[in-house]
Amino acid sequence: MSDLRAAVAAGVFGTDEAFRSLLQSTVETARAIFHAKASSVFLLDEEADELVFEAVAGEGADTLVGRRFPSSTGVAGWVLVTRQSLVVDDLTKDTRFSRDAAASTGYVPRGLMAVPLLAEEKALGVLEVLDRPAGIPFTLAEMDVLGLFANQAAIALDLLQRARRAQAALAGEGELAALSRFAARLEDAPEETRAAGLQLLAALEQLLR
Amino acid sequence: MSVVAHETDEELPAWSLPASAGESIHLPSVWPERVTREWALGGATGAGVRVCVLDSGIELDHPLIGEVQRSVAVVKEGDEIHVADDDSGDLCGHGTACAGIIRLLAPDCELTSVRVLGAGYTGSAPVLLAGLEWAIEEGFDIINMSLSTTKRQYVDRLHELADVAYFKRTMLIASAHNMPVESFPWRFASVVSVGSHESQDPFALYANPSPPVEFFARGLNVDVAWLGGGTINATGNSFATPHVAGFCALVLSKHPELTPFQLKSVLHLTATNVGGGT
Repeated sequence: MSDLRAAVAAGVFGTDEAFRSLLQSTVETARAIFHAKASSVFLLDEEADELVFEAVAGEGADTLVGRRFPSSTGVAGWVLVTRQSLVVDDLTKDTRFSRDAAASTGYVPRGLMAVPLLAEEKALGVLEVLDRPAGIPFTLAEMDVLGLFANQAAIALDLLQRARRAQAALAGEGELAALSRFAARLEDAPEETRAAGLQLLAALEQLLR
Repeated sequence: MSVVAHETDEELPAWSLPASAGESIHLPSVWPERVTREWALGGATGAGVRVCVLDSGIELDHPLIGEVQRSVAVVKEGDEIHVADDDSGDLCGHGTACAGIIRLLAPDCELTSVRVLGAGYTGSAPVLLAGLEWAIEEGFDIINMSLSTTKRQYVDRLHELADVAYFKRTMLIASAHNMPVESFPWRFASVVSVGSHESQDPFALYANPSPPVEFFARGLNVDVAWLGGGTINATGNSFATPHVAGFCALVLSKHPELTPFQLKSVLHLTATNVGGGT
C-alpha cells in the first residue's frame, strides 16, 4: 500500500529531479563540512549487484555519475557489505587501489572516508568523502558527524529509490499508470475541472469504502 | 539422572546438578585477589591461540603479518555456498589491517583467514553466516568480526551461532556501530562488542558502563598493514576490534582454561578505567 501512495505522490511531484538535487546538495555539503576535495554517493543496484555513482561533488563531478563497479570489492564494497564506517589515509601507497582508481575514475585520492547508507535493515549505498586536508589529524568527533550526515543522505536515497519504484509502477500501460495520468491531469487542469475531478474522486472513495 | 552419567563414559547434557555432585565438577580457582594485567597477560605472546579473521582476506607474505596458517574463502555458486582453500589474498586491505593489529599485540598466535567478501552484496549475509559457522566448527579460540549485518531475516541464526560459539569456548569479538543503527552480531551479549577511543596506546582498553558497546579500544589514526606489503593510516571501530582480539589472544595463551564468560570478566577487570591498566 505504501508503494501505491508513493506512486501517486510521485505522479504528482515528478520526483527524480528533486531528489537528485537533494543528493547533489548532500555531497556538496559533505565536501564543504570536511573541507574535502570531493564527495560522492554510491547507490546499490541490487539487480546488477553493482554500486553506481549517483551524485558527485568536486573532482569527477562531470564524469563519474552513472559509473558502476562490483558491489563487494574495494573500500566502498567493504563498507557496504560490512555496514562499518572506515577512514583510510595514504591510499596512494596501495598500488592496486591507485591503479584501479586511475583507470576507472582518473582521480587517485590520497585518503577517503566511507560510511554505509542504512535505512532500517537495508543498505542503500555508500557516502564517500575524498581528501580532507592533509596534516590535520582525524578525530572521532568527525567520525560521528560523518555518521549523522550519512543518516541524512540515506533518507534522501531511500526517498529516491521509492520514487523510482513508484515511477516504474506507474510507467507505461501498467495497472497503476492510470492513477499517475489522473494525478498529472488533475494537477494541470483549470480550477473548475479540478474541483469536479476531486468531487468525482471523493465519490469513488465513498464507493470503494 | 546423574547416576547414569557416572556409570557410563557417555556425556549427558548437564541439565541439573544433584546435591552430591558438587565435588565432581570442582573447578580449580586460579583467580588472584586482584586481577592485574601482569597476571592476565604478563609475558604472554599469544602462542598456542588460534585466531580467525573473518573479513576480506589476508595478504599473503605481508611482512607485518608473517605466516598465515590457513586461508579459505566462502564461495557462492548459484544457491550453493561452500568453503574452499583460497590463495587470492585480500580483496580490499581491511582483513590484512586486522591481521596486522592482532599480530602486533600477539606475535606468536596462529592466524587463519576466512574471506567472506567478494560474493557480491546480495549474497553477503548468507556468506557471512556460512563463514562464521565454519569458523565455529573449526573451534578457533577467537574470531575477529569487524563486520555486521542489518538484515533481520538472518538475525536469529546469527544469534544462535553466537551462543553456540560462546558455549564452545570460541570468543567472538565484533565491531560496534558508531551510528544509531540496529545491526548484528555486536549487539548480542554472547560476543564482545568494541568501539573506538582516541588514545594511541594499543593496550588502552576501556570498559563501557553503558552497553551494548562493551569495550573501547584503539581505533583512531592507527598505522595498519595494507595491500602491497606496506602500511596506511586508518580509523574505525573495525580497527579497534582486532586490538581486543589480540589482547584476548594474549590472555588465552597464558590462561587457556578461561571460558568466554571468564575472558570477558578479565577484560573488564583489567580495563584501563577499572584500574587494570597498570
